[in-house]
Amino acid sequence: MGLLIPQASDSIQELSVEELRAKVGTGMEIVDPEEHMLLSMGPQHPSTHGVLRVLVELDGETVVNLAPDIGFLHTGIEKNMENKRFVKALVMTDRMDYLTPATNNLVYAMAVEKLMGLEIPERAQTIRVIVSELSRIASHLVWLGTSALDLAAMSVFLYCFREREIILDIFEMIAGQRMMISYFRPGGLWRDVPEEFVPAVRKFLEIMPAKLADYEALLGQNPIFLARTKDVGVISHDDAIAWGVSGPSMRGSGVDWDNRRDQPYCGYETYDFEVPLEKEGDVWARYNVRMREMRESLRIIRQGLDRLKPGPVNIANYKVVPPPRADLGTSMEAVIHHFKVWTEGYHAGPGYVYQVIESPRGEMACYLRGDGGNKPARVHFRTPSFVNLAALPLMGRGAYIADLVAMIGSIDVVLGEIDR
Amino acid sequence: MTRDDMVVDKLRAALPEAIEEVSDFQGERTIFIRKDKIVDACRLLRDDPDMRYNYLSDIVADDLLPEYPRFAVSYHLLSMPNKHRIRLRVQVEDPDEGPETVAAVWPVATWLETEVWDLMGVRCVGNKGLRRLFMPEDWQGHPLRKDYPLGYEEVQFSFNWQEIDARKPRAKQ
Repeated sequence: MGLLIPQASDSIQELSVEELRAKVGTGMEIVDPEEHMLLSMGPQHPSTHGVLRVLVELDGETVVNLAPDIGFLHTGIEKNMENKRFVKALVMTDRMDYLTPATNNLVYAMAVEKLMGLEIPERAQTIRVIVSELSRIASHLVWLGTSALDLAAMSVFLYCFREREIILDIFEMIAGQRMMISYFRPGGLWRDVPEEFVPAVRKFLEIMPAKLADYEALLGQNPIFLARTKDVGVISHDDAIAWGVSGPSMRGSGVDWDNRRDQPYCGYETYDFEVPLEKEGDVWARYNVRMREMRESLRIIRQGLDRLKPGPVNIANYKVVPPPRADLGTSMEAVIHHFKVWTEGYHAGPGYVYQVIESPRGEMACYLRGDGGNKPARVHFRTPSFVNLAALPLMGRGAYIADLVAMIGSIDVVLGEIDR
Repeated sequence: MTRDDMVVDKLRAALPEAIEEVSDFQGERTIFIRKDKIVDACRLLRDDPDMRYNYLSDIVADDLLPEYPRFAVSYHLLSMPNKHRIRLRVQVEDPDEGPETVAAVWPVATWLETEVWDLMGVRCVGNKGLRRLFMPEDWQGHPLRKDYPLGYEEVQFSFNWQEIDARKPRAKQ
């Protein structure tokens, strides 16, 4: 059996220029190669929010057909994780969706916990909810800023990043890192939150509603923004389900589904919040859903802070989480556990699980198979941006090329997560 | 009767040959479906008024090396009306003859099956859109397979080719 060494294929030279243009990257069907122009939008294009290439067939300014071409950021995260121990593989998840690392940590940590059958203490669950919702707001702020910037609303971008900075400071306070927090670990949290955490989040809760009103005042009545978003990039209720669209993009089309409410995890069923829903399915509807979601997240955070009681943030199973530092001086067993956890890790499986959560972008899931060893045998992430992107041709056909920018912004793609 | 059992019963009644095995793990039901029945099973699960698994969450391919059959493809379905998830699993012996595409049931399957082929090399039969999604156009091999080298592999020369070849991971025949 020959080794699978990548080689340059020579078949590409046998193609004519037209065939090559049609084929490269996407295999898209060209409706009229004689009259229409083929345009490669990206991979280096500011409105693609990363390195997304969209091959567009244009009749004048009207999009006839388009196909997304991805893979420019592929870093083999799933393959990498298969070769790291369970707890070390966690840091890879931050790097997928770099705008909301907390929910990525959460889905992986919960998958490991499900595989091993671990129950997490209540305080850890509550902190997980608070940090995930903060992360959701941070992610939506980046979405709002960048997608408004795509439509030439410059100041919103600066305001959004100003408020996001507060959240990143809170992350730095709890995890020592602004973005790649790796804060949720299988078995609980990296450590408890510091004392300043609750006052800092309360202060954020105080100032945020007024800021949200500011953004809405800047965009919600702005005739240019309305003209660029209303009736643009419509996706119907049935198409949204059939094409696996999820998250705010799906709820903008009137599909009433939110994993936090309908298949609750981390105790979300005990929180009082609403799931924003819009019927139109256009860019404006998706904008509205996300704006209202930020307010609901603030409500959830407020309830979480109110019920935060002292208690352990990790399970007491020292085969999975390292024992407290204080024990190491007095207990030989603690030393042994500490050594074993950090050198060998823990073993899980055999078996496979599928853990689903609601990330800011939609249905985020982790398929995890353990084979009884200390490394995951197979990790797969169902990343919402990747699946949402499949619906882009559906939205874009027949639209103007300029509106394509608004559509890509409205489904909130993060290329790190798509390419993994 | 739980919803999990109802799905199994309904499948048994409508497609008596389809179910190979049923397993439970950590509260998740997995139904092993015969490879040639997967499209029928999916269509039944989507259209039956009591089940209505209308949403295809994900298709995952798994390399079980050194077991036989070596590959498995899992379909994670969600029923939004009933708030219930279930997993259908198909065992694949020959990766070039994978399960038939379920794009006729959920169009998003075209996109998901492309990923399955690109990274794991399990070809879903009938999917015309298979192409390199993540890997470069001219890439050879499928990186998520267990026998795909990660680096660190021993260099084979003609004098020790067979000796090293014998140590490489292989599927049981």
